[in-house]
Amino acid sequence: MTRRIVLALYLLVLALPIYWLVNMSFKDNVEITSTLSFWPHRPTLEHYAHIFQDPAWYGGFLNSLSYVALNTVISVVIALPAAYAFSRYRFLGDKHLFFWLLSNLMAPPAVYAMPFFNLYSAVGLFDTVWAVALAHCLFNVPLAVWILEGFMSGVPREIDETAALDGYSFPRFFFRIFVPLIANGIGVAAFFCFMFSWVEQLLATTLTTVNAKPFVAVMTRTYSAAGMDWGLLAAAGVLTMIPGAVVIWFVRNNIAKGFALGRV
Amino acid sequence: MSLQLEHVGFVQGPDTLIQDVSLTLARGTLHVLLGATLAGKTTLMRLMAGLDKPTSGRLLLDGRDITGVPVRRRSVAMVYQQFVNYPTLSVYENIASPLRVAGVARAEIERRVRVAAKLLRLDAMLDRMPAQLSGGQQQRTAIARALVKRAELVLLDEPLGNLDYKLREELREELPRLFAETGAILVYATTEPAEALLLGGDTAALSEGRLVQAGPTAALYRHPLTLEAARVFSDPPLNELAMEKRDAVLLTEHGDRPAPAPLLGLPDGRYRLGFRADAVTVGAKPPGSLSFEGTVSVTEINGSESFVHVDVGGDAWVCLIPGVHDLLPGASTALHIDARRAFVFDAGGALASRPVLAEAV
Repeated sequence: MTRRIVLALYLLVLALPIYWLVNMSFKDNVEITSTLSFWPHRPTLEHYAHIFQDPAWYGGFLNSLSYVALNTVISVVIALPAAYAFSRYRFLGDKHLFFWLLSNLMAPPAVYAMPFFNLYSAVGLFDTVWAVALAHCLFNVPLAVWILEGFMSGVPREIDETAALDGYSFPRFFFRIFVPLIANGIGVAAFFCFMFSWVEQLLATTLTTVNAKPFVAVMTRTYSAAGMDWGLLAAAGVLTMIPGAVVIWFVRNNIAKGFALGRV
Repeated sequence: MSLQLEHVGFVQGPDTLIQDVSLTLARGTLHVLLGATLAGKTTLMRLMAGLDKPTSGRLLLDGRDITGVPVRRRSVAMVYQQFVNYPTLSVYENIASPLRVAGVARAEIERRVRVAAKLLRLDAMLDRMPAQLSGGQQQRTAIARALVKRAELVLLDEPLGNLDYKLREELREELPRLFAETGAILVYATTEPAEALLLGGDTAALSEGRLVQAGPTAALYRHPLTLEAARVFSDPPLNELAMEKRDAVLLTEHGDRPAPAPLLGLPDGRYRLGFRADAVTVGAKPPGSLSFEGTVSVTEINGSESFVHVDVGGDAWVCLIPGVHDLLPGASTALHIDARRAFVFDAGGALASRPVLAEAV
């Protein structure tokens, strides 16, 4: 019984800020700023309607989704062969290189913002979703390599050899036999790439201005001369959480198995 | 039609895993690789398969050099000691896998898989996934996959080690026959001399990465040419006695004995007497035997026979006697070596004298 109470309290504490955000998003600004109300007394969808009708708002949302999706795909596709090499071959300096990859995650993104800005301006990638998608590879590729390497090393080498003995060409073996074996690992890697790319703000805002403006950057528009648009900001916050929740829903089984089997 | 190994060597880092092995494996005969764990059986098989490339020497298939040919382009099937199947494919697809890759017609795949599955009693499991099978069934799946491929070279690396007793007995007889029907060069690795004898065919005895002796299995058992070959082909381990012959006397560290008749013809010098467990007995002394006093350390009862482990002044010997005996540890007993069935090796380990009763060994 005590355990249940403790657990319930814990969940309540965790859920409270999320509930409050949802709560705010359905109130009008007068209600938000004047009284303390635990549920919307005059529920309204005006904030959501605003976001879905204003191209600047939903455009930002789509921009964010595109670079995050692009980045997740690029990261996993690049990391698959790299992780396979680290898992299966011994080469000069392999361990150092593997650790060096991780060191990419140690520097704050701010360090890279300037060089990326300059480089992308020079090659004409500035203010595109590709700019952000590629920049985020800086930390997502190493992360995906690390996660996938753990899963791949869990697959016995004899499977590779048996496939070679059976006559499988390497690509056929890789996609027909190997990838299904590490599906959980791919799920986990994709999840983390998605999450880190989705929450990253600094590179995303530095490398875009108008055309590829991310959702978080649009959110700053609510600070206006008239004060802050609380309700709109809350609705935007709720929308920001939805893609993450959807991804978690899809990979929940992978994650559960994945954390048990892989390194992570 | 044969696979020929010419002075094959394999070095990995600081370790020499295979050293100068020359061997000819003819088609239609069963070739047993016999050796203790780490003797190099698996490594040698991997070199034959092309999974590893020898660091020296050549491999010839029917006279054609295949040393550098990658494994994907060879006609090889291999069954690992620890069963290896594709976990995400059903048993049916696992067995069919090499045929699918080779582009065999659907109906033919179906037919071959059914036949192999029936032989290995997997008919009822074809729709299951490997993880839902017992270890023995998984190993049979791996064997079936090797069988349907009809490869020119079939390598079985201790394939029955993980199976239960009854199935082992059956498959040990069936496997060589099944693969022989496909006309393959069949290589079978085992750690057990008894299994090699049951399989028959030719045996190559390996020790520490070197080929010790090769030849027909029974001949190898009866006539090991070196002490090492005798050691590899003895289970329980070969009993050994260091001795020096001087005229008609044998000097050993356990005391001097008159040389028994079969050893009288040896020139004087230092020797090592090697005798298997069945060439030594306890109890009443048979005439013409070489006797020593020892202390029983343990007795193992194996069906209708007993293995008595005896300590003779620091030498540990095993003695096989018929019937169930329960000699208590610590009991002192007399051991009698039948000199007619003992091998004599010279100081360099080469055979100096064959047992007189070779056929009885």
